[in-house]
Amino acid sequence: MVDRIFDLYDELEKQRIMLSFKGDLSAELISAILNLIEQKMAHSEPDQKVRKRVFNVVMECLQNLYHHNKHVPIPGEEAARAEERQGIVMVAQANSGYSVLTGNSMAISEVEDLKRRLDEVNGCEPEQLRDLYKHALGDGRFTRSGGGGLGLIDIARKSRRKLEYGFVPLDSNNTFFSLNVNVTP
Amino acid sequence: MNDILLDGTPKTPTVHFNSATGLLELRGRSIPENSIEFYKPLIDWIDQYAHAPRPLTQLRVQLEYFNTSSSKCILDLFKRLEAVRNSGNEVQVLWHYEADDEDMLEAGEDYQAIIKLPFTMVQIQEVDDN
Repeated sequence: MVDRIFDLYDELEKQRIMLSFKGDLSAELISAILNLIEQKMAHSEPDQKVRKRVFNVVMECLQNLYHHNKHVPIPGEEAARAEERQGIVMVAQANSGYSVLTGNSMAISEVEDLKRRLDEVNGCEPEQLRDLYKHALGDGRFTRSGGGGLGLIDIARKSRRKLEYGFVPLDSNNTFFSLNVNVTP
Repeated sequence: MNDILLDGTPKTPTVHFNSATGLLELRGRSIPENSIEFYKPLIDWIDQYAHAPRPLTQLRVQLEYFNTSSSKCILDLFKRLEAVRNSGNEVQVLWHYEADDEDMLEAGEDYQAIIKLPFTMVQIQEVDDN
């Protein structure tokens, strides 16, 4: 195990990872991560607009994890295991700009709806995204987390690139959802 | 009625709602995980204020960041102010944005497109988050 510390360090260096966290996200941890990103960006990124967009995307992605990370118990599983809300977040420097990578467990039953919304957002040009946002903002509907489905649209607007995503089946009830958001100048 | 005076935190804005002057200020960052909880007292305050508003009510929004969870709540504030305006009072919204922050300007324009209140876009150098 001890040999693998350097391997892990080396890998993080090669991938230019600015920050990486795996575990259960609390509101306090989200604050700490946002604070860290803001400090790092203040040194590394001269373009204020890019700094703000990265901060916005990291914030929305973390809050998505906070609100939506969920593990549906499978038959015979201990309740304690089902309570864990393991997620992963990484922020990396890319050739041009930044990558915000997140991953979390979710119910298989909700995959179709999420995929539909991701594809809808990815099929939009910037002005269409803006219309979609205004429509979702003005429709008077609140979701459990309060955003009314605005999160992904906002992430796509700030990113200005297509959202990259994937699903990996975990067990009979759960899927691992991965999202890569590129933020470029 | 009591005024609202809240100091800003890393995740919630400074709030000054003054019923005697009709000046309502929202300044700093609005990125809490649970925005509905944070904004409910503000929305209730405007509902109460609407019973006896000043002839001129001015909402000054000066935000550096806000999350999508806050955006519906902020829309709700505007909607309550629409009611104040509909009862024959003047209501103005001053939407501040930092000079290089076209995203924040767009966000103001998005509200302006949805809400029937006169908006003025005000360019500033930096959000004063004290």
